[in-house]
Amino acid sequence: MSSRNGIHGLLTKARTHATDMMGRMWSGQFMDSMLRPGSPFKKGYTDTPRNRSYVIMNNVLYHLHPVKVKRHGVKLSYTLCLGGLSFFLFILLTVTGIFLMFYYAPTAERAYIDVQALSTDIAFGSLMRNMHRWGAHLMVLTVFLHMSRVFYHGAYKPPREFNWVVGVILLLLTLLLSFTGYLLPWDQLALWAVTVGTNMAGFVPVIGAQVKFALLGGVEVTAGTLLRWYVLHVLFLPFIIVIFLAVHFWRVRKDGGISGPL
Amino acid sequence: MPEIPEELLRRSAEAKAKALGLPVEQVLAEMRGEAPVAEVPAESVDVPRPTFVPSPPPPSVPEIPPEPQPPDPASAPPPAITAVAETPPAAAEGPAPAVEEPAPAAPEVPDNGAGNGRLAATVSVRPSVPPAGVPEGVRHQRLLTVVKARAIQQVKADPTDKVNTWPHLMIAEFTALLAMTAFLLVLSTILQAPLLEAANFNATPNPSKAPWYFLGLQEMLSYFDPQIAGVTVPTVIGIVGFMMIPYIDRNPSTRPSDRKLAIMLFTIFLAGSATLTILGVLFRGPGFNFAYPWVDGVFFDDLKDWVDFGGH
Ligand code: HEM
Repeated sequence: MSSRNGIHGLLTKARTHATDMMGRMWSGQFMDSMLRPGSPFKKGYTDTPRNRSYVIMNNVLYHLHPVKVKRHGVKLSYTLCLGGLSFFLFILLTVTGIFLMFYYAPTAERAYIDVQALSTDIAFGSLMRNMHRWGAHLMVLTVFLHMSRVFYHGAYKPPREFNWVVGVILLLLTLLLSFTGYLLPWDQLALWAVTVGTNMAGFVPVIGAQVKFALLGGVEVTAGTLLRWYVLHVLFLPFIIVIFLAVHFWRVRKDGGISGPL
Repeated sequence: MPEIPEELLRRSAEAKAKALGLPVEQVLAEMRGEAPVAEVPAESVDVPRPTFVPSPPPPSVPEIPPEPQPPDPASAPPPAITAVAETPPAAAEGPAPAVEEPAPAAPEVPDNGAGNGRLAATVSVRPSVPPAGVPEGVRHQRLLTVVKARAIQQVKADPTDKVNTWPHLMIAEFTALLAMTAFLLVLSTILQAPLLEAANFNATPNPSKAPWYFLGLQEMLSYFDPQIAGVTVPTVIGIVGFMMIPYIDRNPSTRPSDRKLAIMLFTIFLAGSATLTILGVLFRGPGFNFAYPWVDGVFFDDLKDWVDFGGH
Protein backbone atom coordinates (compact mmCIF):
# COMPACT_ATOMS: atom_id res chain seq x y z
CA MET A 1 0.00 0.00 0.00
CA SER A 2 2.61 2.34 1.03
CA SER A 3 4.82 1.31 -1.85
CA ARG A 4 1.94 1.86 -4.26
CA ASN A 5 1.40 5.18 -2.64
CA GLY A 6 5.04 5.81 -3.12
CA ILE A 7 4.90 4.99 -6.81
CA HIS A 8 1.73 6.98 -7.19
CA GLY A 9 3.30 9.89 -5.41
CA LEU A 10 6.37 9.59 -7.55
CA LEU A 11 4.31 9.60 -10.73
CA THR A 12 2.30 12.60 -9.60
CA LYS A 13 5.44 14.36 -8.71
CA ALA A 14 7.01 13.51 -12.03
CA ARG A 15 3.93 14.70 -13.86
CA THR A 16 3.78 17.95 -11.96
CA HIS A 17 7.42 18.35 -12.68
CA ALA A 18 6.95 17.69 -16.35
CA THR A 19 3.98 20.01 -16.75
CA ASP A 20 5.82 22.56 -14.73
CA MET A 21 8.78 22.31 -17.00
CA MET A 22 6.63 22.40 -20.11
CA GLY A 23 4.84 25.40 -18.71
CA ARG A 24 8.08 27.08 -17.93
CA MET A 25 9.45 26.26 -21.34
CA TRP A 26 6.35 27.49 -23.07
CA SER A 27 6.07 30.77 -21.28
CA GLY A 28 9.46 31.02 -19.74
CA GLN A 29 12.92 31.98 -20.74
CA PHE A 30 13.50 29.32 -23.37
CA MET A 31 10.38 30.09 -25.39
CA ASP A 32 10.93 33.78 -24.82
CA SER A 33 14.39 33.54 -26.22
CA MET A 34 13.33 31.46 -29.19
CA LEU A 35 10.26 33.43 -30.24
CA ARG A 36 10.80 37.03 -31.08
CA PRO A 37 8.22 39.65 -30.11
CA GLY A 38 4.96 39.33 -31.98
CA SER A 39 5.21 35.61 -32.65
CA PRO A 40 1.73 34.10 -32.82
CA PHE A 41 3.07 31.18 -30.78
CA LYS A 42 3.92 33.44 -27.91
CA LYS A 43 1.66 33.60 -24.91
CA GLY A 44 -0.64 36.55 -25.00
CA TYR A 45 -0.51 37.04 -28.75
CA THR A 46 -3.38 39.19 -29.85
CA ASP A 47 -4.48 39.69 -33.41
CA THR A 48 -3.66 43.33 -33.91
CA PRO A 49 -2.28 45.03 -37.01
CA ARG A 50 0.88 45.71 -35.07
CA ASN A 51 1.38 42.09 -34.12
CA ARG A 52 0.60 41.01 -37.66
CA SER A 53 3.49 43.16 -38.80
CA TYR A 54 5.74 41.77 -36.09
CA VAL A 55 4.98 38.19 -37.12
CA ILE A 56 6.90 38.82 -40.33
CA MET A 57 9.26 41.57 -39.28
CA ASN A 58 10.64 39.66 -36.32
CA ASN A 59 10.87 36.39 -38.13
CA VAL A 60 13.38 34.68 -40.35
CA LEU A 61 10.65 34.84 -42.97
CA TYR A 62 11.44 38.51 -43.29
CA HIS A 63 14.19 37.31 -45.62
CA LEU A 64 11.50 36.16 -48.01
CA HIS A 65 8.43 38.27 -47.37
CA PRO A 66 7.77 41.92 -46.71
CA VAL A 67 5.33 42.84 -43.96
CA LYS A 68 2.69 43.79 -46.46
CA VAL A 69 2.00 42.58 -49.94
CA LYS A 70 -0.24 43.80 -52.70
CA ARG A 71 -3.74 42.54 -52.24
CA HIS A 72 -3.97 41.18 -55.74
CA GLY A 73 -0.70 39.24 -55.28
CA VAL A 74 -2.27 37.24 -52.49
CA LYS A 75 -5.00 35.96 -54.76
CA LEU A 76 -4.21 32.37 -55.60
CA SER A 77 -5.43 33.05 -59.12
CA TYR A 78 -2.57 35.44 -59.85
CA THR A 79 0.59 33.43 -59.21
CA LEU A 80 -1.18 30.10 -58.77
CA CYS A 81 1.55 29.74 -56.17
CA LEU A 82 3.66 28.08 -58.85
CA GLY A 83 6.93 29.72 -57.87
CA GLY A 84 6.29 28.94 -54.22
CA LEU A 85 5.39 25.36 -55.04
CA SER A 86 8.53 24.95 -57.14
CA PHE A 87 10.54 26.07 -54.16
CA PHE A 88 8.61 23.84 -51.81
CA LEU A 89 9.17 20.86 -54.09
CA PHE A 90 12.87 21.66 -54.06
CA ILE A 91 12.78 21.47 -50.26
CA LEU A 92 10.85 18.20 -50.32
CA LEU A 93 13.37 16.83 -52.80
CA THR A 94 16.21 17.84 -50.53
CA VAL A 95 14.65 16.11 -47.53
CA THR A 96 13.76 12.89 -49.35
CA GLY A 97 17.07 13.01 -51.21
CA ILE A 98 19.04 13.06 -47.98
CA PHE A 99 17.10 10.01 -46.84
CA LEU A 100 18.02 8.21 -50.07
CA MET A 101 21.67 9.14 -49.65
CA PHE A 102 21.80 7.14 -46.43
CA TYR A 103 21.17 3.95 -48.37
CA TYR A 104 22.83 4.55 -51.70
CA ALA A 105 26.39 4.19 -52.93
CA PRO A 106 27.25 5.56 -56.36
CA THR A 107 29.24 2.59 -57.62
CA ALA A 108 28.44 0.33 -60.51
CA GLU A 109 28.40 -2.66 -58.15
CA ARG A 110 26.08 -1.24 -55.52
CA ALA A 111 23.90 1.47 -57.07
CA TYR A 112 21.29 -0.81 -58.62
CA ILE A 113 21.13 -3.16 -55.64
CA ASP A 114 20.80 -0.23 -53.28
CA VAL A 115 17.88 1.24 -55.17
CA GLN A 116 16.27 -2.17 -55.32
CA ALA A 117 16.65 -2.49 -51.56
CA LEU A 118 15.19 0.98 -51.09
CA SER A 119 12.15 -0.05 -53.10
CA THR A 120 11.59 -3.27 -51.24
CA ASP A 121 13.43 -3.70 -47.93
CA ILE A 122 13.99 -0.41 -46.22
CA ALA A 123 11.31 1.11 -44.02
CA PHE A 124 9.73 4.02 -45.87
CA GLY A 125 12.35 3.52 -48.56
CA SER A 126 9.82 2.97 -51.28
CA LEU A 127 7.77 5.97 -50.21
CA MET A 128 10.82 8.20 -50.08
CA ARG A 129 12.08 7.03 -53.43
CA ASN A 130 8.70 7.51 -55.05
CA MET A 131 8.28 10.95 -53.55
CA HIS A 132 11.73 11.90 -54.75
CA ARG A 133 11.12 10.67 -58.24
CA TRP A 134 7.60 12.00 -58.76
CA GLY A 135 8.50 15.19 -56.95
CA ALA A 136 11.33 15.76 -59.39
CA HIS A 137 9.04 15.31 -62.39
CA LEU A 138 6.52 17.58 -60.74
CA MET A 139 9.11 20.25 -60.11
CA VAL A 140 10.12 20.34 -63.77
CA LEU A 141 6.45 20.80 -64.51
CA THR A 142 5.76 23.51 -61.92
CA VAL A 143 8.87 25.48 -62.87
CA PHE A 144 7.84 25.34 -66.51
CA LEU A 145 4.29 26.40 -65.66
CA HIS A 146 5.63 29.16 -63.42
CA MET A 147 7.63 30.45 -66.34
CA SER A 148 4.54 30.38 -68.51
CA ARG A 149 2.48 32.26 -65.95
CA VAL A 150 5.23 34.89 -65.69
CA PHE A 151 5.23 35.23 -69.45
CA TYR A 152 1.48 35.58 -69.80
CA HIS A 153 1.47 38.27 -67.14
CA GLY A 154 4.27 40.13 -68.87
CA ALA A 155 5.92 39.99 -65.45
CA TYR A 156 9.37 39.95 -67.08
CA LYS A 157 9.05 43.57 -68.18
CA PRO A 158 11.07 46.33 -66.52
CA PRO A 159 12.19 46.35 -63.79
CA ARG A 160 12.00 42.54 -63.72
CA GLU A 161 14.02 41.72 -66.85
CA PHE A 162 16.98 40.39 -64.98
CA ASN A 163 14.90 38.17 -62.74
CA TRP A 164 13.61 36.49 -65.87
CA VAL A 165 17.22 35.79 -66.84
CA VAL A 166 17.85 34.33 -63.40
CA GLY A 167 14.69 32.31 -63.90
CA VAL A 168 15.91 30.79 -67.16
CA ILE A 169 19.08 29.74 -65.35
CA LEU A 170 16.91 28.18 -62.65
CA LEU A 171 14.95 26.26 -65.26
CA LEU A 172 18.20 25.00 -66.74
CA LEU A 173 19.50 23.97 -63.34
CA THR A 174 16.22 22.23 -62.55
CA LEU A 175 16.49 20.22 -65.76
CA LEU A 176 20.12 19.37 -65.06
CA LEU A 177 19.29 18.27 -61.52
CA SER A 178 16.55 16.04 -62.81
CA PHE A 179 18.69 14.63 -65.60
CA THR A 180 21.68 13.86 -63.38
CA GLY A 181 19.37 12.09 -60.94
CA TYR A 182 17.96 10.01 -63.76
CA LEU A 183 21.18 8.03 -64.09
CA LEU A 184 21.55 7.11 -60.44
CA PRO A 185 19.31 3.98 -60.25
CA TRP A 186 21.72 2.44 -62.77
CA ASP A 187 19.07 0.38 -64.47
CA GLN A 188 18.37 0.01 -68.17
CA LEU A 189 16.07 3.03 -68.15
CA ALA A 190 18.74 5.22 -66.58
CA LEU A 191 21.61 4.02 -68.69
CA TRP A 192 19.94 4.41 -72.07
CA ALA A 193 18.03 7.58 -71.36
CA VAL A 194 21.29 9.19 -70.38
CA THR A 195 23.00 7.74 -73.40
CA VAL A 196 20.36 9.25 -75.65
CA GLY A 197 20.41 12.56 -73.78
CA THR A 198 24.16 13.00 -73.87
CA ASN A 199 24.26 11.96 -77.50
CA MET A 200 22.10 14.99 -78.17
CA ALA A 201 24.68 17.14 -76.40
CA GLY A 202 27.27 15.61 -78.70
CA PHE A 203 25.60 17.28 -81.66
CA VAL A 204 26.69 20.70 -80.47
CA PRO A 205 28.98 22.02 -83.20
CA VAL A 206 32.67 22.61 -82.53
CA ILE A 207 32.57 21.82 -78.80
CA GLY A 208 29.99 19.03 -78.89
CA ALA A 209 32.42 16.18 -78.49
CA GLN A 210 34.17 17.96 -75.63
CA VAL A 211 30.90 18.73 -73.85
CA LYS A 212 29.85 15.13 -74.15
CA PHE A 213 33.24 13.93 -72.93
CA ALA A 214 33.12 16.26 -69.93
CA LEU A 215 29.56 15.23 -69.07
CA LEU A 216 30.31 11.53 -69.27
CA GLY A 217 33.88 11.55 -68.06
CA GLY A 218 34.65 9.47 -71.14
CA VAL A 219 33.26 8.69 -74.55
CA GLU A 220 30.34 6.69 -73.19
CA VAL A 221 28.46 6.11 -69.96
CA THR A 222 30.70 4.31 -67.47
CA ALA A 223 30.99 3.79 -63.75
CA GLY A 224 32.96 7.03 -63.72
CA THR A 225 29.94 8.80 -65.16
CA LEU A 226 27.84 7.47 -62.31
CA LEU A 227 30.15 8.93 -59.67
CA ARG A 228 30.45 12.19 -61.58
CA TRP A 229 26.71 12.63 -61.94
CA TYR A 230 26.13 11.65 -58.34
CA VAL A 231 28.42 14.42 -57.12
CA LEU A 232 26.82 16.91 -59.48
CA HIS A 233 23.38 15.77 -58.40
CA VAL A 234 23.77 15.84 -54.63
CA LEU A 235 26.35 18.57 -54.19
CA PHE A 236 27.28 20.85 -57.03
CA LEU A 237 23.95 21.56 -58.69
CA PRO A 238 21.96 21.99 -55.44
CA PHE A 239 24.64 24.39 -54.25
CA ILE A 240 24.42 26.45 -57.42
CA ILE A 241 20.65 26.44 -57.55
CA VAL A 242 20.38 27.64 -53.96
CA ILE A 243 22.53 30.64 -54.83
CA PHE A 244 20.36 31.47 -57.83
CA LEU A 245 17.20 30.93 -55.79
CA ALA A 246 18.46 33.44 -53.25
CA VAL A 247 19.08 35.98 -55.98
CA HIS A 248 15.70 35.20 -57.53
CA PHE A 249 13.73 35.75 -54.33
CA TRP A 250 15.74 38.81 -53.42
CA ARG A 251 15.02 40.33 -56.80
CA VAL A 252 11.30 39.57 -56.56
CA ARG A 253 11.22 41.86 -53.53
CA LYS A 254 13.65 44.47 -54.77
CA ASP A 255 11.83 44.78 -58.07
CA GLY A 256 8.78 45.90 -56.17
CA GLY A 257 7.14 42.66 -55.15
CA ILE A 258 4.83 40.68 -57.32
CA SER A 259 3.98 42.33 -60.62
CA GLY A 260 0.59 43.47 -61.75
CA PRO A 261 -2.31 43.78 -61.50
CA LEU A 262 -2.79 43.49 -65.21
CA MET B 1 33.98 77.95 -27.77
CA PRO B 2 35.81 74.79 -28.71
CA GLU B 3 39.27 75.05 -30.05
CA ILE B 4 39.34 74.59 -33.80
CA PRO B 5 42.57 73.12 -35.09
CA GLU B 6 44.53 75.65 -37.03
CA GLU B 7 44.67 73.76 -40.30
CA LEU B 8 40.92 73.14 -40.32
CA LEU B 9 40.23 76.77 -39.66
CA ARG B 10 42.59 77.76 -42.38
CA ARG B 11 41.08 75.35 -44.88
CA SER B 12 37.55 76.56 -44.24
CA ALA B 13 38.69 80.16 -44.34
CA GLU B 14 40.26 79.54 -47.71
CA ALA B 15 37.07 78.00 -49.01
CA LYS B 16 35.00 80.83 -47.67
CA ALA B 17 37.38 83.45 -48.99
CA LYS B 18 37.21 81.87 -52.41
CA ALA B 19 33.45 81.81 -52.30
CA LEU B 20 33.07 85.37 -51.13
CA GLY B 21 35.89 86.76 -53.14
CA LEU B 22 37.60 88.15 -50.09
CA PRO B 23 41.25 87.90 -49.05
CA VAL B 24 41.99 84.79 -47.03
CA GLU B 25 43.67 86.68 -44.21
CA GLN B 26 40.60 88.84 -43.70
CA VAL B 27 38.25 85.88 -43.50
CA LEU B 28 40.59 84.07 -41.17
CA ALA B 29 40.64 87.07 -38.90
CA GLU B 30 36.85 87.21 -38.98
CA MET B 31 36.57 83.59 -38.10
CA ARG B 32 38.91 84.02 -35.20
CA GLY B 33 36.76 86.89 -34.05
CA GLU B 34 39.60 89.32 -34.47
CA ALA B 35 37.92 91.41 -37.13
CA PRO B 36 34.40 92.62 -37.78
CA VAL B 37 32.40 90.49 -40.12
CA ALA B 38 32.32 91.73 -43.65
CA GLU B 39 28.97 92.95 -44.82
CA VAL B 40 27.02 90.45 -46.75
CA PRO B 41 24.25 91.79 -48.97
CA ALA B 42 21.10 91.75 -46.93
CA GLU B 43 18.75 90.41 -49.57
CA SER B 44 20.73 87.24 -49.81
CA VAL B 45 20.98 86.72 -46.11
CA ASP B 46 17.53 86.67 -44.61
CA VAL B 47 16.85 83.29 -46.03
CA PRO B 48 15.75 80.46 -43.84
CA ARG B 49 17.59 77.86 -45.88
CA PRO B 50 20.91 77.56 -47.63
CA THR B 51 21.00 79.72 -50.65
CA PHE B 52 23.43 80.61 -53.28
CA VAL B 53 23.51 83.34 -55.82
CA PRO B 54 24.60 82.21 -59.18
CA SER B 55 27.16 84.27 -60.94
CA PRO B 56 25.73 86.55 -63.61
CA PRO B 57 22.61 84.67 -64.60
CA PRO B 58 22.96 83.27 -68.08
CA PRO B 59 20.28 84.47 -70.43
CA SER B 60 18.59 81.10 -70.52
CA VAL B 61 18.03 81.03 -66.78
CA PRO B 62 14.63 82.42 -65.94
CA GLU B 63 14.51 85.53 -63.85
CA ILE B 64 13.81 85.04 -60.20
CA PRO B 65 12.15 87.42 -57.80
CA PRO B 66 14.34 88.71 -55.02
CA GLU B 67 12.33 86.99 -52.32
CA PRO B 68 13.03 83.28 -52.10
CA GLN B 69 9.83 81.38 -52.48
CA PRO B 70 8.84 78.12 -51.00
CA PRO B 71 8.92 75.41 -53.62
CA ASP B 72 5.74 74.94 -55.49
CA PRO B 73 4.13 71.86 -54.00
CA ALA B 74 2.74 70.89 -57.38
CA SER B 75 6.09 70.80 -59.03
CA ALA B 76 8.37 67.80 -59.22
CA PRO B 77 9.69 66.41 -55.91
CA PRO B 78 11.95 69.09 -54.51
CA PRO B 79 15.58 68.35 -53.91
CA ALA B 80 16.58 67.50 -50.41
CA ILE B 81 18.26 70.84 -50.05
CA THR B 82 16.47 73.32 -52.19
CA ALA B 83 18.95 75.59 -53.75
CA VAL B 84 17.15 78.86 -54.29
CA ALA B 85 18.84 80.99 -56.81
CA GLU B 86 18.71 84.67 -56.39
CA THR B 87 19.61 87.53 -58.57
CA PRO B 88 20.75 90.94 -57.54
CA PRO B 89 17.89 93.42 -57.15
CA ALA B 90 18.75 95.21 -60.34
CA ALA B 91 18.04 92.19 -62.44
CA ALA B 92 15.01 91.01 -60.54
CA GLU B 93 12.24 92.70 -62.47
CA GLY B 94 11.46 89.91 -64.93
CA PRO B 95 8.62 87.39 -64.87
CA ALA B 96 8.67 85.14 -61.88
CA PRO B 97 8.51 81.36 -62.26
CA ALA B 98 7.97 79.65 -59.00
CA VAL B 99 10.98 77.46 -58.49
CA GLU B 100 14.37 77.32 -59.99
CA GLU B 101 15.54 73.90 -61.00
CA PRO B 102 18.20 72.78 -58.58
CA ALA B 103 21.65 73.52 -59.77
CA PRO B 104 23.35 70.37 -61.04
CA ALA B 105 26.09 70.78 -58.49
CA ALA B 106 27.47 73.36 -56.15
CA PRO B 107 28.21 76.18 -58.54
CA GLU B 108 31.64 77.44 -59.17
CA VAL B 109 31.44 81.04 -58.18
CA PRO B 110 33.96 83.08 -60.06
CA ASP B 111 36.19 85.19 -57.98
CA ASN B 112 34.90 88.44 -59.40
CA GLY B 113 34.77 90.32 -56.14
CA ALA B 114 31.63 92.17 -57.13
CA GLY B 115 28.36 91.66 -55.35
CA ASN B 116 27.04 90.15 -58.53
CA GLY B 117 27.68 86.49 -57.96
CA ARG B 118 28.52 85.07 -54.66
CA LEU B 119 27.66 82.36 -52.27
CA ALA B 120 25.61 83.92 -49.56
CA ALA B 121 24.84 82.67 -46.10
CA THR B 122 27.81 80.44 -46.13
CA VAL B 123 29.24 80.67 -42.70
CA SER B 124 28.89 77.94 -40.18
CA VAL B 125 30.99 79.54 -37.52
CA ARG B 126 29.82 83.07 -36.97
CA PRO B 127 30.72 84.26 -33.55
CA SER B 128 29.54 87.84 -33.88
CA VAL B 129 26.03 89.21 -34.03
CA PRO B 130 24.23 88.59 -37.28
CA PRO B 131 24.12 91.45 -39.71
CA ALA B 132 21.10 93.67 -39.81
CA GLY B 133 18.08 92.16 -41.45
CA VAL B 134 18.73 88.63 -40.26
CA PRO B 135 15.88 87.43 -38.09
CA GLU B 136 16.68 86.33 -34.61
CA GLY B 137 17.66 82.66 -34.39
CA VAL B 138 18.46 82.17 -38.07
CA ARG B 139 21.52 80.09 -38.48
CA HIS B 140 23.64 80.40 -41.51
CA GLN B 141 25.06 77.40 -43.15
CA ARG B 142 27.38 76.76 -45.92
CA LEU B 143 26.04 75.11 -48.98
CA LEU B 144 28.11 72.03 -49.45
CA THR B 145 26.30 70.36 -52.25
CA VAL B 146 22.89 70.01 -53.71
CA VAL B 147 21.48 66.54 -53.26
CA LYS B 148 18.50 65.59 -55.28
CA ALA B 149 15.75 63.90 -53.36
CA ARG B 150 16.32 60.53 -54.83
CA ALA B 151 17.26 57.56 -52.77
CA ILE B 152 19.46 54.70 -53.87
CA GLN B 153 16.35 52.71 -54.37
CA GLN B 154 13.47 54.35 -56.06
CA VAL B 155 10.74 54.42 -53.48
CA LYS B 156 7.55 55.06 -55.31
CA ALA B 157 4.76 55.67 -52.94
CA ASP B 158 1.96 55.01 -55.32
CA PRO B 159 -1.00 54.22 -53.17
CA THR B 160 -1.46 50.48 -53.51
CA ASP B 161 -3.91 48.22 -51.88
CA LYS B 162 -1.85 46.15 -49.49
CA VAL B 163 -2.62 43.51 -46.94
CA ASN B 164 -0.60 41.97 -44.16
CA THR B 165 1.53 39.06 -45.27
CA TRP B 166 0.50 37.40 -42.06
CA PRO B 167 -2.05 36.00 -42.19
CA HIS B 168 -3.31 36.63 -45.71
CA LEU B 169 -0.39 35.37 -47.79
CA MET B 170 1.06 32.91 -45.31
CA ILE B 171 -2.24 31.06 -44.97
CA ALA B 172 -2.50 30.68 -48.73
CA GLU B 173 1.08 29.50 -48.99
CA PHE B 174 0.71 27.07 -46.13
CA THR B 175 -2.44 25.65 -47.67
CA ALA B 176 -0.73 25.19 -51.02
CA LEU B 177 2.20 23.51 -49.28
CA LEU B 178 -0.06 21.10 -47.44
CA ALA B 179 -2.03 20.32 -50.56
CA MET B 180 1.15 19.62 -52.49
CA THR B 181 2.48 17.36 -49.73
CA ALA B 182 -0.78 15.47 -49.61
CA PHE B 183 -0.87 15.11 -53.38
CA LEU B 184 2.68 13.84 -53.57
CA LEU B 185 2.14 11.41 -50.69
CA VAL B 186 -0.93 9.92 -52.31
CA LEU B 187 0.77 9.75 -55.68
CA SER B 188 3.82 8.06 -54.22
CA THR B 189 1.70 5.54 -52.40
CA ILE B 190 -0.22 4.59 -55.51
CA LEU B 191 2.49 4.71 -58.14
CA GLN B 192 5.72 2.82 -57.86
CA ALA B 193 8.75 4.52 -59.39
CA PRO B 194 10.10 2.38 -62.22
CA LEU B 195 13.16 0.21 -61.82
CA LEU B 196 14.03 -1.97 -64.78
CA GLU B 197 16.75 -4.60 -65.04
CA ALA B 198 20.23 -3.58 -64.02
CA ALA B 199 22.18 -1.48 -66.48
CA ASN B 200 23.52 -3.58 -69.30
CA PHE B 201 25.82 -2.04 -71.85
CA ASN B 202 25.21 -4.85 -74.28
CA ALA B 203 21.43 -4.66 -74.40
CA THR B 204 20.21 -1.52 -76.06
CA PRO B 205 16.47 -1.20 -75.54
CA ASN B 206 14.40 -0.43 -78.57
CA PRO B 207 13.34 2.33 -78.57
CA SER B 208 15.74 4.23 -76.32
CA LYS B 209 14.10 7.33 -75.03
CA ALA B 210 15.38 10.37 -73.14
CA PRO B 211 13.53 11.64 -70.04
CA TRP B 212 10.17 13.11 -70.99
CA TYR B 213 11.31 16.73 -70.73
CA PHE B 214 13.90 16.06 -73.43
CA LEU B 215 11.59 13.98 -75.58
CA GLY B 216 10.39 17.00 -77.51
CA LEU B 217 13.99 17.54 -78.54
CA GLN B 218 14.47 13.90 -79.39
CA GLU B 219 11.33 14.11 -81.47
CA MET B 220 12.73 17.10 -83.33
CA LEU B 221 15.95 15.19 -83.93
CA SER B 222 13.95 12.73 -85.99
CA TYR B 223 12.71 15.50 -88.29
CA PHE B 224 15.69 17.79 -88.62
CA ASP B 225 19.37 17.56 -89.07
CA PRO B 226 20.88 16.98 -85.64
CA GLN B 227 22.92 20.14 -86.02
CA ILE B 228 19.66 22.05 -86.07
CA ALA B 229 17.48 20.08 -83.71
CA GLY B 230 20.16 19.14 -81.23
CA VAL B 231 21.98 22.40 -81.11
CA THR B 232 20.58 25.48 -82.66
CA VAL B 233 17.05 25.02 -81.43
CA PRO B 234 17.69 24.16 -77.78
CA THR B 235 20.77 26.22 -77.09
CA VAL B 236 20.27 29.29 -79.20
CA ILE B 237 16.50 29.60 -79.08
CA GLY B 238 15.93 27.70 -75.89
CA ILE B 239 18.51 29.27 -73.64
CA VAL B 240 19.90 32.46 -75.13
CA GLY B 241 16.67 33.36 -76.85
CA PHE B 242 14.61 32.86 -73.72
CA MET B 243 16.97 34.94 -71.64
CA MET B 244 16.69 37.73 -74.18
CA ILE B 245 12.90 37.85 -74.21
CA PRO B 246 12.66 40.86 -71.85
CA TYR B 247 15.17 42.75 -73.96
CA ILE B 248 13.52 41.91 -77.26
CA ASP B 249 9.97 42.61 -76.19
CA ARG B 250 10.10 46.37 -75.67
CA ASN B 251 6.37 46.75 -75.41
CA PRO B 252 5.84 48.21 -71.93
CA SER B 253 2.23 47.16 -71.56
CA THR B 254 1.21 44.10 -69.61
CA ARG B 255 -2.38 44.22 -70.79
CA PRO B 256 -3.18 41.07 -72.76
CA SER B 257 -4.97 43.11 -75.41
CA ASP B 258 -1.75 45.02 -76.11
CA ARG B 259 0.39 41.90 -76.33
CA LYS B 260 -1.37 39.82 -78.91
CA LEU B 261 1.78 38.92 -80.82
CA ALA B 262 3.80 37.97 -77.74
CA ILE B 263 0.98 35.87 -76.35
CA MET B 264 0.43 34.21 -79.69
CA LEU B 265 4.11 33.31 -80.09
CA PHE B 266 4.40 31.91 -76.61
CA THR B 267 1.23 29.92 -76.99
CA ILE B 268 2.56 28.44 -80.21
CA PHE B 269 5.73 27.52 -78.35
CA LEU B 270 3.76 25.88 -75.53
CA ALA B 271 1.47 24.01 -77.87
CA GLY B 272 4.41 22.95 -80.01
CA SER B 273 6.47 21.59 -77.15
CA ALA B 274 3.46 19.83 -75.66
CA THR B 275 2.68 18.22 -79.00
CA LEU B 276 6.25 17.11 -79.61
CA THR B 277 6.57 15.75 -76.07
CA ILE B 278 3.32 13.82 -76.27
CA LEU B 279 4.31 12.45 -79.66
CA GLY B 280 7.67 11.38 -78.25
CA VAL B 281 6.20 9.79 -75.14
CA LEU B 282 3.18 8.03 -76.56
CA PHE B 283 3.46 7.76 -80.30
CA ARG B 284 6.95 6.44 -80.84
CA GLY B 285 7.64 2.74 -80.88
CA PRO B 286 10.56 0.51 -81.86
CA GLY B 287 13.14 2.26 -84.00
CA PHE B 288 11.52 5.50 -82.88
CA ASN B 289 8.94 4.93 -85.58
CA PHE B 290 5.38 6.10 -85.21
CA ALA B 291 3.13 3.84 -83.22
CA TYR B 292 -0.39 4.07 -81.91
CA PRO B 293 -0.47 3.62 -78.15
CA TRP B 294 -3.89 1.96 -78.23
CA VAL B 295 -2.71 -0.56 -80.84
CA ASP B 296 0.98 -1.10 -80.16
CA GLY B 297 1.13 -0.07 -76.51
CA VAL B 298 3.24 2.59 -74.89
CA PHE B 299 6.97 2.47 -75.27
CA PHE B 300 7.93 4.69 -72.41
CA ASP B 301 9.01 2.88 -69.30
CA ASP B 302 9.44 5.91 -67.08
CA LEU B 303 5.74 6.65 -66.89
CA LYS B 304 4.57 3.19 -67.87
CA ASP B 305 2.25 2.79 -64.92
CA TRP B 306 0.50 6.02 -65.77
CA VAL B 307 -0.12 5.71 -69.40
CA ASP B 308 -0.21 2.04 -70.24
CA PHE B 309 -3.19 1.18 -72.41
CA GLY B 310 -2.34 -2.48 -72.55
CA GLY B 311 -0.72 -4.09 -75.55
CA HIS B 312 3.10 -3.99 -75.76
C1 HEM C 1 13.60 26.62 -59.39
C2 HEM C 1 12.82 27.35 -60.08
C3 HEM C 1 12.07 28.60 -59.63
C4 HEM C 1 11.60 28.94 -58.39
C5 HEM C 1 11.69 28.12 -57.10
C6 HEM C 1 10.96 30.23 -58.51
C7 HEM C 1 10.34 30.90 -57.49
C8 HEM C 1 9.66 32.09 -57.63
C9 HEM C 1 8.77 32.65 -56.66
C10 HEM C 1 8.46 32.06 -55.30
C11 HEM C 1 8.29 33.82 -57.17
C12 HEM C 1 7.24 34.71 -56.52
C13 HEM C 1 5.96 34.76 -57.34
C14 HEM C 1 5.35 33.45 -57.74
O1 HEM C 1 5.27 32.54 -56.91
O2 HEM C 1 4.95 33.33 -58.90
C15 HEM C 1 8.89 34.01 -58.46
C16 HEM C 1 8.69 35.09 -59.29
C17 HEM C 1 9.25 35.24 -60.54
N1 HEM C 1 9.92 34.26 -61.26
FE1 HEM C 1 10.50 32.50 -60.53
N2 HEM C 1 11.08 30.66 -59.81
C18 HEM C 1 11.73 29.68 -60.52
C19 HEM C 1 12.00 29.69 -61.88
C20 HEM C 1 11.71 30.74 -62.72
C21 HEM C 1 11.82 30.70 -64.16
C22 HEM C 1 12.19 29.46 -64.96
C23 HEM C 1 11.49 31.95 -64.61
C24 HEM C 1 11.45 32.47 -66.04
C25 HEM C 1 12.19 32.08 -66.99
C26 HEM C 1 11.20 32.78 -63.46
C27 HEM C 1 10.89 34.12 -63.50
C28 HEM C 1 10.28 34.80 -62.48
C29 HEM C 1 9.87 36.18 -62.53
C30 HEM C 1 10.10 37.15 -63.70
C31 HEM C 1 9.23 36.47 -61.32
C32 HEM C 1 8.53 37.77 -60.91
C33 HEM C 1 7.07 37.54 -61.22
C34 HEM C 1 6.15 38.63 -60.78
O3 HEM C 1 6.61 39.63 -60.20
O4 HEM C 1 4.93 38.48 -61.04
N3 HEM C 1 11.32 32.00 -62.33
N4 HEM C 1 9.73 32.92 -58.72
